[in-house]
Formats: sequence, C-alpha cells, structure tokens
Amino acid sequence: MKFKFGIKEVVAAGIGTALFVALTEIQIPLGFIPNTALQPRAALLAFLSAVFGPIVGCIVGLAGHALGDALFYGSVWWSWVFPDALFGIGVGLFASKFAITEGDFTGKNLIMFNVVQAVSNAIAWIVLAPVLDILIYAEPANKVFAQGFFAFLGNFIITLILGTLLGVGYSKIGAKTGSLKKED
Amino acid sequence: MLIEFKDFSFKYRAQAEPTLKNINLAIESGEKVLIVGPSGCGKSTLAHCINGLVPFMYPGEITGSYSIDGNDPQKLGIFGLSKIVGTVMQDTDGQFVGLTVAEDVAFALENDCVKESAMKQKVDEVSKAVFIDDLLDHSPKELSGGQKQRVSMAGVMVDDVKVFLFDEPLANLDPKTGKSAIALIDDIQKRQQATIIIIEHRLEDALYRDVDRIVLINDGMIVADMRPDDFLSTDLLEKAGIRYPLYVEALRHAGCQITPGSKPQHIESMDLSGYRQKFLDWMQSVTLPKPGITKNVILSINDVGFSYDKTHPVLSDVSFDIHKGEMMSIVGKNGAGKSTLAGLICGFNIQDSGTILLDGEDITALSIKERGEHIGYVMQNPNQMISKPMIFDEVALGLVVRSKPEDEVKQRVADTLRICGLYEMRNWPISALSFGQKKRVTIASILVMDPELIILDEPTAGQDLRHYTEIMEFLRRLNRESGKAIAMITHDMHLMLEYTNRAVVITDGRLIADDTPANILTNDEITERAFLKRTSLYDLASKMGIDDAPGLCNRFIHYERSLKDGRQSSFV
Amino acid sequence: MAGRVLSYEKKDTWIHELSGVTKLIFFLAWSITSMISYDTRVLVVMLILSIAILRASKTEWRQVGTVFKFILLFLVINVIAIFFFSPYQGCEIYGSKTVIGHLFGNYYFTKEQLFYEANIILKYMTVVPSVFMFIVSTDPSEFAASLNRVGISYYVAYSIAIALRYIPDIQDDYVKIKNAEAARGIELSKKAGLLSRIKNTTPILFPLVFTSMNRIDVVSSAMELRGFGKNKKRTWYRGKSLRAADYAVIAFAVIFCTAALIITFRGGSRFYNPFR
Ligand SMILES: Nc1ncnc2c1ncn2[C@@H]1O[C@H](COP(=O)(O)OP(=O)(O)OP(=O)(O)O)[C@@H](O)[C@H]1O
Ligand SMILES: Nc1ncnc2c1ncn2[C@@H]1O[C@H](COP(=O)(O)OP(=O)(O)OP(=O)(O)O)[C@@H](O)[C@H]1O
Ligand SMILES: [Mg+2]
Ligand SMILES: [Mg+2]
Repeated sequence: MKFKFGIKEVVAAGIGTALFVALTEIQIPLGFIPNTALQPRAALLAFLSAVFGPIVGCIVGLAGHALGDALFYGSVWWSWVFPDALFGIGVGLFASKFAITEGDFTGKNLIMFNVVQAVSNAIAWIVLAPVLDILIYAEPANKVFAQGFFAFLGNFIITLILGTLLGVGYSKIGAKTGSLKKED
Repeated sequence: MLIEFKDFSFKYRAQAEPTLKNINLAIESGEKVLIVGPSGCGKSTLAHCINGLVPFMYPGEITGSYSIDGNDPQKLGIFGLSKIVGTVMQDTDGQFVGLTVAEDVAFALENDCVKESAMKQKVDEVSKAVFIDDLLDHSPKELSGGQKQRVSMAGVMVDDVKVFLFDEPLANLDPKTGKSAIALIDDIQKRQQATIIIIEHRLEDALYRDVDRIVLINDGMIVADMRPDDFLSTDLLEKAGIRYPLYVEALRHAGCQITPGSKPQHIESMDLSGYRQKFLDWMQSVTLPKPGITKNVILSINDVGFSYDKTHPVLSDVSFDIHKGEMMSIVGKNGAGKSTLAGLICGFNIQDSGTILLDGEDITALSIKERGEHIGYVMQNPNQMISKPMIFDEVALGLVVRSKPEDEVKQRVADTLRICGLYEMRNWPISALSFGQKKRVTIASILVMDPELIILDEPTAGQDLRHYTEIMEFLRRLNRESGKAIAMITHDMHLMLEYTNRAVVITDGRLIADDTPANILTNDEITERAFLKRTSLYDLASKMGIDDAPGLCNRFIHYERSLKDGRQSSFV
Repeated sequence: MAGRVLSYEKKDTWIHELSGVTKLIFFLAWSITSMISYDTRVLVVMLILSIAILRASKTEWRQVGTVFKFILLFLVINVIAIFFFSPYQGCEIYGSKTVIGHLFGNYYFTKEQLFYEANIILKYMTVVPSVFMFIVSTDPSEFAASLNRVGISYYVAYSIAIALRYIPDIQDDYVKIKNAEAARGIELSKKAGLLSRIKNTTPILFPLVFTSMNRIDVVSSAMELRGFGKNKKRTWYRGKSLRAADYAVIAFAVIFCTAALIITFRGGSRFYNPFR
C-alpha cells in the first residue's frame, strides 16, 4: 500500500487539487436529470488516487471538491464532498496493485482497477452521499437516493472510460527499464 | 577540489545506453565554468548529478566515483547537497513555487526554520541585489521572463551556497536582459566568492563576462576542458556542431588561424592586428546577390489593438503585412506582446480593434480551426502543445485528424522527423526528451501539416547550431521552393539577420519599426528602446575599421550560405 | 474562463486583517450550524449577520455577482426537484397538511411544504455570504501558513498552498492547450451520442493531465532542491499569529453557534414548527 506522504505526494496533492478544481468546468450534461452531468474530474480523481495512493486521493477529493464548489458555486455542499474523499481513499488503497507507474497497466490490473472504482463509487454515492444528505439537510429520501444512483452511474461510466484511458496512457509514458534505444 | 568526477557514467533507468560516459571533471572552489554541447548531449543530466536529482529523483545506474565538497553525494542526499549547490533550473516556471515573489525568494529560508524577522531582512537584501525589490508582492503571472529569472536567482542566493548551477539561464531572454543576467551572475560570483557553473547554448552571450574554463560535452562525453582563449582557437566547436562567437566565425571564414595569444574571449579586448589584412581581403572577395522581393500580401494586420483585462492595453495600433514567399521576423523585448500578437493571428483571442486579413479577407469571424488550415503556429512553450504521450503519434496528430491515408501519414511524419533530427527516437515517449528535443517535436508537428503561413515562437531556443541550421534550412527551402510565408518571433539577432529579409519591432505593445534587419540594428534609438543588441560582427567591423557594418554582416551570411548550399547539394 | 471564479482581493478592512484560520473556523462553524439547524428564527438571525459581515468586508457585486446568479439558478432547480420528488416532505416533518392549491394529479401545494422549502433556501443563503467573505478576503499564502499554525501538518498545508498557486496556471494551460489543438484541427464538436461526447474531452484532458504530471515532477524537484521537508517544522514568510480580534471572533463563533444549536434542539427536534 502506498501510504507514503513525501514531497512528491505533497505536490501531487496540490497540483491534483488544482487540476480537479480547474476541471470542475468541464461537464458533460446528461440532459435528463437536473443538476447531474458526467464529470471528467471523477476520472481524474480515480487516476490520481491510483497513481499516488489514498492520502493524495483523500486530499484531492476533499480539498478539490470543497474548493471547486466554493470558487465556482459560492457554497460547499458537504454531503457531496465527503463521498469524493472516500472514493479517493477507496481507489488509493489499492494503488500498488494497479502498477500504473511500473508500465504494467493491462489485463488483470486494468480489470482490478475498474472493480475497485465501481465498488468505491457505489459506497460513496449510493450509500454515503444520500445518507449525509438526509442527516444534514433532511432532504427527501427518494430524491437523494435517485440523485445518488445517477451520480454513481455517471462517475462509474466516466471513470470506466476516461480513467482507464488515462491510466493506460500514463502507463505507456513511463518507459520500461532499459527499453529506449536509438533506431535507424 | 570542490567537485570531482572520476570515470563517472550514468544510465537512466529507461535508457539502454548510458547518457553520461566516462566523465572526468574537476572544478575548484571559486571557479566559473561554462558547459556547452549539442542539444540532448547530457548537460542537464550532468547538472542533475551535481545537485542530486540524479539518482534520487531520476533513478539509474551510476558507475565510477564522484565527490562534492569532499562528500559522497549519494550519502548527502538532495538536502545535504542543497546546502552546497544552488540550482536555477532550465524551467523557471517550475522553479517558481511561491504564491508571490517574496515567498518564493524566502522558500529555502522557510524550510530552514529561519525566524520571520531575519527572513524578511534577508529577502529584502537579496531582492535589492537582483533588482526585484519592487516586485515582492507580484504573483508569477505578473512577471516577464527576465523577471522570473531574477526571482529564481534570488531564491537560490538566500541560501549561502558554495556552488551556483545555472541550466540555460538565457533561454527566452531578450538580448539586453540576457546580457544583464550574465552580468548579474558575474556579480554574484564576485560578491559571494561562489563557484559558478553555467550551461548555455548561447556561447557568445555567456562569454559576455569572463569565464575560467569551457567544458564541451558531446554525446555524453567530455570532449574538451580548456581556457576560453585556447578553446576558441580550436576547431572542436565546429566538430560538435555548435556556433562560435560570430566574430570568431567570421575570422575563421576569412581563413585566419585564431591563436590564444590574440585573446578571442571578448571582441572588445581581442587583438585583431594579425588578422586584419586577411580579413579585409576576404571581405573583398565575397560578392553579394541582389535581393529578390515579392510583394503579394498574404496576411495583413491593420491597427490591431488588444488587452487581456480590458484596462491595460497589451497591443495598440499594430499594423504590418506579411508577404507571400517571405521570411520575416518579429522582435522586441520580453513582454512586448509578440506571443499575444501571434495568438490574435491564430484566433486564440480576438482583437479589440482593427482587422486581420488573410489573402485579403477579414478573418475575424473564422474559428481557430479554420484559421489553422492556413496558418501554423509553433507556440513558445512546447509543453502546452504536446498532447500525445509518444513522439510519432504527436507529430502525426494533425494529419490523422484530417483523415489522411495511413501510408501518407507515415511517410510525411517520417520525413519531418528526419528534418528535425528526431527520427531515431520516433518510438520514444515524450517524457524521455530534453527541452530542445521537445521543442523540435512541436516544430515537426506543425511542419508536417504544410500550412501556407508558419509562425514560429522562439524556434531556436535551446537548440544547438546543427539542429538550428537543419530546421532553419528546411524552413528556407520551404519558403523558396513552395513559396510559404514564414514569420519568426525571436530574440536571436543573428537569426534575424541570417534568415529574414524584414523585421518588425514591437515594444510595449507598439510597432516601432518595420524595416530590413540590418537597418534596424544600425538604428540606435530602436535597438535601445526594444532591448535589442547588435551582433558582435558590428564590433568586429568597427575594430577592423570597416564602415559598412551591415555590409560585413551580409557578406558573412552570404558566405555561410554558399557553404551550406554546397553541403546541401552534396547530401541531398 | 477565469471570469466566473471568486478570488482574493486585497482590501483594508478588519475582516481582511483577521487570520485565515479564524475565518476558516468561523466559516466551518457557520456552515455546520446552518446545515444542522432547521430553526427558522436561528436561520434568519444568521442570514442577517452574514450579510452584515459581507458588507463589513467591503465585498462588491462585481466580485461575486456572476457566481451569485449561478447559485440562484442552482438553488431554484434543486427546490423544484425536491417538490417533484417529494411534495409532502414538509407535511411529514411538521405533522400537518394545509392545502393551499392544486397543481395537477397528486401534486398539491401545502403550507408545510412551502415553509420547508423556504427553510432550505434560507439555509443555503446563510452559508453563501460566509463563503464569499472567506474567499475574497483571505490571502492564500497567509492561509496556508495559518493552517500549519493551528496544528495541521505543514505538508498538507503546503499542498493547499500549491493548489491555490497552480489553479490559475492550470486554467491558463487549459485554454492554451485547447487553442493549440483547435489550430491543428481538433475541435470539440457538439455531436450527440454520449460516448462521442466523452471521447471529445480526451484531446484536452489528456495533455492537461500529462503536463500536470510532468509539472509534479518538476515542481517537486525544485522544492526538494531548495530543502522542502528537511526539518520537522518550517517557518512562514507570510505567517500571521492570532491576535485579540482573532480570539474574539473565534469565541463569538463558538458561543453563537452553540447557543444557536441549543435553541434549535430545545423543542426536541431540529425543526422549528409554526404549525403546532
Ligand atoms: N528522465 C529521463 N529518462 C530517460 N532518458 C532521459 C531522461 N531525461 C533525459 N534523458 C535522455 O538523456 C539525454 C540527455 O538529456 P539532457 O536533458 O541531459 O540533455 P541536454 O544536453 O540538457 O539537452 P538540451 O540542451 O536540449 O536541454 C537525452 O537524449 C534524453 O533523451
Ligand atoms: N493570459 C494572459 N493574461 C493576462 N496577461 C497576459 C497573458 N498573457 C500575457 N499577458 C501579458 O501581456 C504582455 C505581453 O505578453 P507576451 O507573452 O505577448 O509577450 P512576448 O512579447 O511574447 O514576451 P517574451 O519575449 O517574454 O515571450 C505581458 O505583459 C504579459 O504579462
Ligand atoms: Mg538541458
Ligand atoms: Mg512570447
């Protein structure tokens, strides 16, 4: 498990948060449910957690969501901040298993990543978010569970596609040991 | 001995071959050493060995031994080394970690737990020394390239280190600012009795103040390690594909055998008496061709004004034309608005006033994409253009999007990569490239699309002479043979003289001249205002008693041209 | 793009003078209280105080106007959604049902529902001014420093500082990358189809993420070279120690919020019920 929090992780958490905030603007509207859209930033969070581990995932989820909300929407919807942090931790816990930085993000690891992200997403959005919504805001249960379910679906899909692609792409960049030779 | 390498080699983990081979180098305390070498030869890698990024940040295999200030760097670690070596990195944006100038300068002190009052005092003192004391509250976005450079220096100076390591301090600085940067480095050395190591492609500019030694690296090996006067008297630079200072190059063309005794390090103090006659004879022998000028306008900029925040104008009333089949340059000091202008031409921003005409038609309404079909723009910062992880895919991208057949894509990409000297690395990830190599990738990705007008923002920053020449010659051929119009934004005065017939000078958002490069450089008022600098050929002319300095430049360029064309036809 | 975002602006008010941590504590206490309480009286008092504080910080409409309009839109959608999902939530909470109108089918307007939704709007509105105040009046560098002062690890505090430092840079990159791509012929088309819409974001997302990964390497090298993480502690150039005014504000926030919660829960539930 990657529980290290060294300089690289400090910077990763900082720049990751900045990225997450900046990506708050990119939304792919689903069109049929109010206030829901596919959020590429969810894929980013999964990717960063999978590379840097649970602490970075937690900070990016927590600070990124809270800051993004505050800067763009002028208020913080806490019941949706914590699920993002939880999601970051969930994916981050298995970071070393995905071997993205080792250039080995294929087959089994890739499936593993998606299983983990699906489960973390489900816990975060189908369980935690609605429960917090009810506890904190006393919102109607059927509304928040419906919202939670669609948030889960959206984040799952976007991570499945974009998150996986990011992982594969980044995995390719980190060339394997001793593999670079000049060719004619 | 402060720094010592013995039979030292280093291989990056991802590489199959070592990047540094058998390095033997000793630098004494208080010395000032200049490291030169072609792009990708391993200069930055050597710097990383000295400051500890290799092997702690960039892992790999080290063989042989090295020591810094009597210690084994591997035992000191990066922190231990940071007390001895202060680094100003090639990428000043990355180096700027603070939210404001003051905090960035104080960064090292903060990490050392210096008390607040002592810290403020030290920051004030250092920022006065590099003339940024009135910028302390500015954020990095509000600074020009030259100012950022100064902030980086101040950030290193606060920590009384023994060694200052500068990786290409001059890249992206305008000539005058570059000169003052070198002067500043020199002052730092004198003041703090420090050891200075400078890595720089712009040899002539770096030699503006004395250095003790020049180390030439080629292909990961040290090829020469000599005093500047001796070094400039050899033909090692020519072999490595690096440019001599222009005045030395001119004398060499004239067939003069440069000797250390004539002190070639500075043109001002060089003894030219032995070369004079030979040089004048050579001058006589070179004849000039008549310039042929086309007058069909492709792009016309009329009274363009623009501001990012609608209050401070960045450009006002700029008007000039770019002609078909022309190679022209856009010059002016840091922060003048050159890149902004290029952005307006490409539609990244829309001008607040005035019009831009392409082939006589107003393009204000055209999208970036539509403009991109006619105009190719190579941006200043390569990182903002690169979107694929692999070199080949990156260069192919523009063609793939335009749905060109696969064979054609392959062929064109391969050809372009050859021109840019990247063919051997076509299957590498971008992350394994040096700065200069990345810049070439972005040039290739535009060239491959074959646009009618090409704008290049600092195309030669971080390039050595060989790659510089290859790229520029290719552009010139494009220009000659297919009549492409080429505009270059540059700080390199010789590039402007050598390759372009016309230059526009922009300063503080205004166009202050539109003339031939030679005329611009002879106009004192303009060079002064735009922070330009005459090349050393002008100094050579005046020392030789030649009145017609532009004539000398022309002859020099023409002579080199004939050499290049000779070589070109021999290997094409 | 950067137009809509709130940002710090230097001004000369006592609120700007306060330490960032004080404002953070105030903001957290404030938002927790308004989250928990459904007591209309408490919420109204909080709203009035919030607005007074916002005025004291000399925040101008131009700084927050666009974001505020956005919040209103967001809020309206949410309120309507609640009504359609659960038109009688209010009746359940307050234990009575006073019909005042008929919409269609099973959807009736009730006094209780209107009151419940008015409370939701109120809760929202009490937080918004405190967020505005916090962001426009807190110097980011001082904020990171004071986070560390109150005991948060300086590693984490510095992460936040870096986030604030790089948000504008990354937004700038985003625009430049988008332009560079468009100039090479790749444009975000608005074609329908979810999959192609997702795919359309990749040409920008990927370079943005990968340059940021590269940036992480460069910045962490730079920080390491300048001794970050060398010691267990570090000092801060922009640090401010807490002053009397800070303690006063913190004390006020704690006392006020405790009192507010006590008042809220005195009736046995967190809802103030005017219908009984
Ligand atoms: N992180 C890395 N992993 C693998 N190879 C690398 C890495 N960094 C650099 N290299 C390789 O090492 C060689 C030397 O790179 P270096 O950055 O030292 O060149 P340089 O002399 O500083 O060039 P430039 O003048 O263009 O900055 C290059 O060929 C490059 O491909
Ligand atoms: N995105 C931006 N937002 C606000 N101001 C900007 C932006 N980009 C540039 N500027 C400002 O506009 C001015 C002109 O900048 P520009 O980059 O065009 O200069 P330049 O002539 O290309 O300089 P250099 O030679 O250093 O590259 C500068 O003062 C700069 O600070
Ligand atoms: Mg380099
Ligand atoms: Mg520029």
